[in-house]
Amino acid sequence: MSNKIIHWFKYGSPQSFYPLAGKMIPWFWALAAIFGVAGLWIGFFVAPTDATQGDAYRIIFIHVPASWMSMFLYIVMACWAGIGLSLNTRLSSMMASAIAPTGAMFAFLSLWTGALWGKPMWGTWWVWDARLTSELILLFLYLGFMALQAAIDEPRRADKAGAILALVGVVNVPIIYFSVKWWNTLHQGASISMSKAPTMAVTMLWGMLIMALAFWMYSIAVALQRARAIMLERERHTDWVKYAVE
Amino acid sequence: MQWNSIGEFFAMGGYGLYVWGSFGVTALALLIEPLLLRKRQSDVATSLRRERNADERQK
Repeated sequence: MSNKIIHWFKYGSPQSFYPLAGKMIPWFWALAAIFGVAGLWIGFFVAPTDATQGDAYRIIFIHVPASWMSMFLYIVMACWAGIGLSLNTRLSSMMASAIAPTGAMFAFLSLWTGALWGKPMWGTWWVWDARLTSELILLFLYLGFMALQAAIDEPRRADKAGAILALVGVVNVPIIYFSVKWWNTLHQGASISMSKAPTMAVTMLWGMLIMALAFWMYSIAVALQRARAIMLERERHTDWVKYAVE
Repeated sequence: MQWNSIGEFFAMGGYGLYVWGSFGVTALALLIEPLLLRKRQSDVATSLRRERNADERQK
């Protein structure tokens, strides 16, 4: 009986997580590719042209998933950072650092695709609307987290300082999410509501959800890859790293 | 399918610039990030290998 217990905490150390992550990465890449192709196919060939927005609305298939990812990743990053801060586990802090650049990229893509959608629909690339502004703040939070960690030489101190910034910044995520409700904004309301029946065509909804899954898989693959590089860089003077590379 | 020709597909009903500007930059970003990461990984692996070889020679 006792030898059947899986030692989950074993994977809490970089040493045993490194090879495990290496095995998982190709699977997440494969899933990202499958969902990506399916989502793009639905987005461009199955979903019909919108009656009011024409084909410009197709930007939704990356704009909404990218925006979701930027918020999800921030919460995941803050959770890892918080665990690292309270339990002093170094792998958790490495995961937080590994997620930040990808989250920043999705926040940028959300703003970029939003600008390209706003121009033909609202007649402007940018307005200081509550949702756009809070999403911009999210991008700055990611960049601030990365800059702060890069500015501190000692990794464990950098982890702690970054964690505090990340945790304080969490307050911005619900602000982004509810901004369209709390303020009278130019940005439209939530695309998907848990309490109401979907207002958009089913094919559009599916396209968006599948693209979101593709972005999820991509993010996991990339975050694991970056975490592996960070493990080697930070623990380079330990014995396990010495023999981790062929 | 709503496209009658390839030209129509690329024109996106007159919104080609906006649609392809969005998808293009996203595709580029999702391509560059893993390439940069692969380089980062191989850089650290190379320097680790070099270090290990130097250690072994000293013995």
